[in-house]
Amino acid sequence: MSNSPSLGEVLDSQGFSRRDFLRFCTAAASVMALPASIAPTMAEALAATRRPSVIWLSFQECTGCTEALTRSAAPSIESLIFNFISLDYHHTLQAAAGDAAEHAREQAEEANAGQYLVLVDGSVPTRAHCSTIAGISNLDMLKTSAANAAAIINIGTCSAYGGLPMAEPNPTGAVPVGEIITDKPIVNVPGCPPMPLAITGVIAHYLTLGQLPPTDHLGRPLAFFGENIHDRCYRRPFYDRGQFAESFDDEGARKGWCLYKLGCKAPVTYNACANLKWNQGTSFPIQSGHGCLGCSEPRFWDAGGFYESVARGRFETGSKLGLAAAGGAAAGAAAAVLAQRKKKRLAAEHAEQDSDAH
Amino acid sequence: MSLLEFARGPAIHWSLIILTVGILWRLLGVLALTRGADLSRPRDAFGNFKGYRTVFSRSWPAGEFTTATMFQTSVAYVFHLSTLIVVFGVTPHIEFITGLTGWAWPGLPNAVGVGFGVMALGSLLAMILRRLSKPAVYCSNTGDFITWVLVALPLLTGLLAFGHLGARYETLLALHILSVCALFIWFPFSKLMHAFWFVFSRAQSGIVYAHKGVRI
Ligand code: SF4
Ligand code: SF4
Repeated sequence: MSNSPSLGEVLDSQGFSRRDFLRFCTAAASVMALPASIAPTMAEALAATRRPSVIWLSFQECTGCTEALTRSAAPSIESLIFNFISLDYHHTLQAAAGDAAEHAREQAEEANAGQYLVLVDGSVPTRAHCSTIAGISNLDMLKTSAANAAAIINIGTCSAYGGLPMAEPNPTGAVPVGEIITDKPIVNVPGCPPMPLAITGVIAHYLTLGQLPPTDHLGRPLAFFGENIHDRCYRRPFYDRGQFAESFDDEGARKGWCLYKLGCKAPVTYNACANLKWNQGTSFPIQSGHGCLGCSEPRFWDAGGFYESVARGRFETGSKLGLAAAGGAAAGAAAAVLAQRKKKRLAAEHAEQDSDAH
Repeated sequence: MSLLEFARGPAIHWSLIILTVGILWRLLGVLALTRGADLSRPRDAFGNFKGYRTVFSRSWPAGEFTTATMFQTSVAYVFHLSTLIVVFGVTPHIEFITGLTGWAWPGLPNAVGVGFGVMALGSLLAMILRRLSKPAVYCSNTGDFITWVLVALPLLTGLLAFGHLGARYETLLALHILSVCALFIWFPFSKLMHAFWFVFSRAQSGIVYAHKGVRI
């Protein structure tokens, strides 16, 4: 590892200037709520870093998370940092396969025991034989790799919270990584997929400061997931004025009105989409006319229809209410009949007593 | 299951069922319990019919009481109207009702909704202060105070949720929905049923009075 090139050397060889890198560090520092003055120190520390050992485990996933990070049109510093760190084991990306790949993983784990990072995308099936790599179940592989890891970073909603594989009826008994591994520092970088800068930001934070960034109650780095998208949305004035698109091709939609009624889940979603945006700051779903799906939140697949607004209760059917109404009416009628009978009986008894008395 | 999932799922689900069962039970239970007919000849040929006027005429106190009851009458009006506007005018509420019934109508701008929400809460506060300061007039029981709290909570949590004040939005939204659930469950079994009863009870008194020839 010691004779592997430093990050600075890699960036140089790819034509990134020190100024580019400093800009990245300033941006990363600012989104991570670190003082701007830390940027040069961060750049220096990062540039001097030698390849940290990273094991990337891919379980029940769609590869979307890896794609988001690696398939950007122009190679960004984010993707470069990713390439720089991720070479030890990445089942999906690496050239080696089968035994050779597993060997590489075992070797890396042994050589860097206690120091390597484990990055996981995909949820972990708890039912036997649902997902295996080289004959090893995901569950076993996670436990083995996590045993000597310094920390775990969950990449994407699947590994962080179970994601799509855990959606009802959860056929594989999928669980998030945090349910299996409870004795290691874990950071969740959810999203379907997560924002590339959030992934590299967390890694950069770890490489620079030697620790994971502060997180919210769902284990997400506050720097990226501390704010509600709705609060940062540029369509918010329309929401406040009560101007909503009612369908995807009506006048409101064309005028860029709020997408709340079309199912935008941003009011209950925390992510950095609205301020960092995607594809090198080009746009984000709401800007392109589609409501937020809430992909960085646990169980977003099961939180009602994607096109149903947040306010619609999850009361699947009106027929149940009809049934309830009928039940209530029947109970009321029965109560009335009983009361009438009682009244008549009392009146009859009263009349009897009256005639007896006379 | 998060608090919001619980609120949006089973909590609102079951409270709506209890609300529906409860309202119909109480409505039918009482309305089917008819009074025996008054066999005496009405003083006025159209007496019974005129009696229905009380449904409207009782919406304002009779002349001689106007001054004495001015405060609570107007504050109660402010409360009832602003609550009605908030319940049926704010977009998320309309969305909720649309989800249940399919009916939809245009919503108010948020600032207007907040304004009416504040008015509703303010007038509710004014009314409880009056109730507390004049125990002899109101003869309140525990149920009345529970009702007050359960009506105030949705207004308060709704305003807090709107302003993102005090906690994260999803927590406040969950608390808002849960407070509404509590109100729904309490509603049929409390004096809140006056939302339905006022029509029947006024009409009933009106008919009785009209039958006897009392001025109404
Ligand atoms: S979180 Fe979304 S993008 Fe990532 S692996 Fe799961 S389904 Fe794919
Ligand atoms: S589009 Fe979504 S995030 Fe933007 S204001 Fe409307 S509801 Fe909020």
